[in-house]
Amino acid sequence: MPELTDRALDTAAQRGASYADIRIVRRTDESIAVKSGRVEGVSSGETEGFGVRVVVDGAWGFASSHLLEPAEIDRVAAEAVRIARASATALRRPVELDDRPPANGTYETPVQEDPFAVSLETKIGGLLAADEAARKVKRVTFTEATYAALRDHKVFAASDGSSTDQTITHVGAAVEANAIEGDEHQRRSYPDAGGGWGAAGYEFVRSLDLTGHAGAYAEEAVALLSAPQCPSGRATIVLDPSQLYLQIHESCGHPTELDRVFGTEASYAGTSFLTTDKLEQGFRYGSDLVTIVADATAPGGLGTFGWDDEGVAAQSAPLVQDGIFVGYLSSRETAPRIGRRSIGAMRADGWNRIPLIRMTNVNLLPRPGMSLPEIVEDTDDGLYLASNRSWSIDDRRLNFQFATEVAYEIKGGKKGRLFKNPTYTGITYEFWRSCDAVGDERSYVMLGTPNCGKGEPGQVGHVGHAVPGARFRNVQIGVGKW
Amino acid sequence: MVARRGEEWLPIAEKVLAHATRAGATEAEVLVMAEDAQLTRFANSEIHQNVAETNAQINLRFVSGKKIGVASGGRLDDDGLRRIAQQAAVISRNVEELPDWAGLPEPTPIVDVPAAFSDETAGATPEMRAGAVRDVIAAADEAGVIAYGSFSTTTESIAIVNSRGVRAAQQRTSSQLITVSMAPDGGSGYAEQAGVGTGAIDAIRIGREAAEKARATGNAQALEPGDYPVVLEEYAVVDVLDMLGYLGFSALAVQEERSFVEPGKKVGSDLVSIWDDGSDPAGLPIAFDYEGVAKQRVELLEHGVCQGVVYDTQTAARDGKRSTGHGLPAPNPYGPFPLNMLMGSGQASRDELIGGLDRGLLVTRFHYTNPVHPKLAIVTGMTRDGTFLVEGGRIVGPVRNLRFTQSYLKALEGISGVSRDRKCLKGFLGGVVVPAVRIDAFTFTGATEH
Repeated sequence: MPELTDRALDTAAQRGASYADIRIVRRTDESIAVKSGRVEGVSSGETEGFGVRVVVDGAWGFASSHLLEPAEIDRVAAEAVRIARASATALRRPVELDDRPPANGTYETPVQEDPFAVSLETKIGGLLAADEAARKVKRVTFTEATYAALRDHKVFAASDGSSTDQTITHVGAAVEANAIEGDEHQRRSYPDAGGGWGAAGYEFVRSLDLTGHAGAYAEEAVALLSAPQCPSGRATIVLDPSQLYLQIHESCGHPTELDRVFGTEASYAGTSFLTTDKLEQGFRYGSDLVTIVADATAPGGLGTFGWDDEGVAAQSAPLVQDGIFVGYLSSRETAPRIGRRSIGAMRADGWNRIPLIRMTNVNLLPRPGMSLPEIVEDTDDGLYLASNRSWSIDDRRLNFQFATEVAYEIKGGKKGRLFKNPTYTGITYEFWRSCDAVGDERSYVMLGTPNCGKGEPGQVGHVGHAVPGARFRNVQIGVGKW
Repeated sequence: MVARRGEEWLPIAEKVLAHATRAGATEAEVLVMAEDAQLTRFANSEIHQNVAETNAQINLRFVSGKKIGVASGGRLDDDGLRRIAQQAAVISRNVEELPDWAGLPEPTPIVDVPAAFSDETAGATPEMRAGAVRDVIAAADEAGVIAYGSFSTTTESIAIVNSRGVRAAQQRTSSQLITVSMAPDGGSGYAEQAGVGTGAIDAIRIGREAAEKARATGNAQALEPGDYPVVLEEYAVVDVLDMLGYLGFSALAVQEERSFVEPGKKVGSDLVSIWDDGSDPAGLPIAFDYEGVAKQRVELLEHGVCQGVVYDTQTAARDGKRSTGHGLPAPNPYGPFPLNMLMGSGQASRDELIGGLDRGLLVTRFHYTNPVHPKLAIVTGMTRDGTFLVEGGRIVGPVRNLRFTQSYLKALEGISGVSRDRKCLKGFLGGVVVPAVRIDAFTFTGATEH
């Protein structure tokens, strides 16, 4: 491998690059989909290639290819330089990177049971059993059980002498039941709508016990068909981790991406209300109970690694401390513009994409005091919302609206009847300032999303969120007319 | 590097097919998808990301009786190709039978669509894209705004062979320029153009359109959410078609009872006709689908009445029909998808549409839409990059962005005007050709601060 990485870096330097890096990535994936008792799709894939990123005359260029051959390395490195020179014709702020020690070493996701070594029969059998448990429930219209595993072997080398070798493994699985009658379509998903995901081996899938949970979730999907509509008005809500993680993802994770703040995603995903003046002012993002970190070292998270994709070591960095906005997800290019160093959040979706600032594991830290069930006991009147059904947020990450699969009424500290089609909406900082209870360590779980979209051309990111559940007061619920 | 002509991938596909046959496949299908794609991205009136990719992926559907395994890979050497066949064979031996497996498709007469390919796009250079971006930036500079956006050029080759005699290859191109301009007073504007050839892209016009709108939307005023009649520009209408395609126009959605489509049911006003046509040069044409089946024109809504849905081979067999050529690469739990939707044009000019609003809103585009209630097609999302209050048929000023929670079916029902001009835009998965529309009632449920 060094002969190929050296070749790319040498070619780039010879052609005028002041900085260059190369990533050679081999991605192996496997997916299984079972639908209503039928094995609808089993696939395995492998893709391998390399991407060369250069700075020439202060401008970026990137080129990539699936042909891992010396001649193609030469062509692609030269193409990256040519592209950078074209970029330089429309340049106002030359690229400056922070200095970081050269990265060297290896990293591997801890895996007890290699998911690619577990027999297909075992994996398919597990899904069929879960699917069957869900289908046994009367009035269920269709069911799905899914499994996926992904492994990236990444070799990174940069012109500053960095050289790392990482193997990252992710697995995920889910079961869902759909009940449809007339115009009503209700769904319940276990462990949540995006599936259970972790940086781990097949032991993680076994620990989910899909079959053991499928029946109860299916019964709830059917019960929702005849449940009353979620009421409208202002209410106290308690968010289960299966919804809270996405609330953090959309309303804290994305707006703290420093590239968005600087406008480089403006034409696609948008910008951010968390402008740099708010960092200087110590903007109150949430209540005193709200502390959020970006932690690429958290065990089992989809955002856990050894180094990011520009060779910055994994670390934990605060974003919100006791309710005050204190930091960003950043890169070597963006961090120096606010007088800081990169927190190591540059990640690329495979060999053919450039690294972008991405969430690592953006976690709401637990608060000593109450577990999530104790928060419910402490609530007189409210709703308990679980498992996301839809999400939407404006282009500066202020006005959000979420729908969940289910709401349980809370009366006198007890979870009671179901409501169907629950929704809630708000303005990000008003919402987080209304947080008056955060669960403790006993309720703290690592979840993740494997479908975070960003960038042009599009990239899909795997990011983690550890959350304990939390309570919010005076929230607008029940949006829209049915 | 220009991608090889589609036909040049057929020998590689044939090799994989031979490996599959030797490995015991009773049926097999090999799909090669190759692309040379480039994208120049700009922000703060400078190029900040500029990328190119050469890629090829080989996808094998290996059938053993009624057991199916799918494997893919990117290596083109013989070992790599053989490995794909071996992997797919292993999967097929370990899966359950699909009791209603329809078999792979038979060959269908495929009509070449020359309009799908442009030499200009295939030969586009970084310097050419940078030049267009400089034109956009110049228009922004002239208007005193800042430009953001991207210019992409893609050449895609598809080759498919299967053991029933399908042999299909094509090469298509697409280009797209999008621009968001932002003004110092908080205004923002959007413009986009897409097409097969870069020659159709007018960077100066796109730059000016976005810049002028950014200038017109500064210091936007708050407006109380509620029900308003609206004029949706083409950039917003594309989301309506995309969402309806995703939620309802697929045979699988109907078979799973999650679609709103019922043949003969009226869901839109008489002014609404939507169809899918892979051969129409007004969009981004494609001759056949990812199973190698020729694209058929499918009427989806005619004068507001549900007509057909799109099929792939498997969903068609379940209904005793033939595929309409809308299959996606295997394995595909999502079902067929309309990749080339068009909506019929009307008689009105843009000014006439706006002129028909007594008190309403002109919406440039939607942002981050998502279904809240899929079967009723209730969708939430935000307005973005140009929302205006209209009174007495005239634009009176910009308003801050609003959140809507609205059934897109009810929106179709309320369409009272359709523009005579249409735009080709890139949708969720393919090219979409849409007019602007006027809708008599649209429900806004929230507001934001900008």
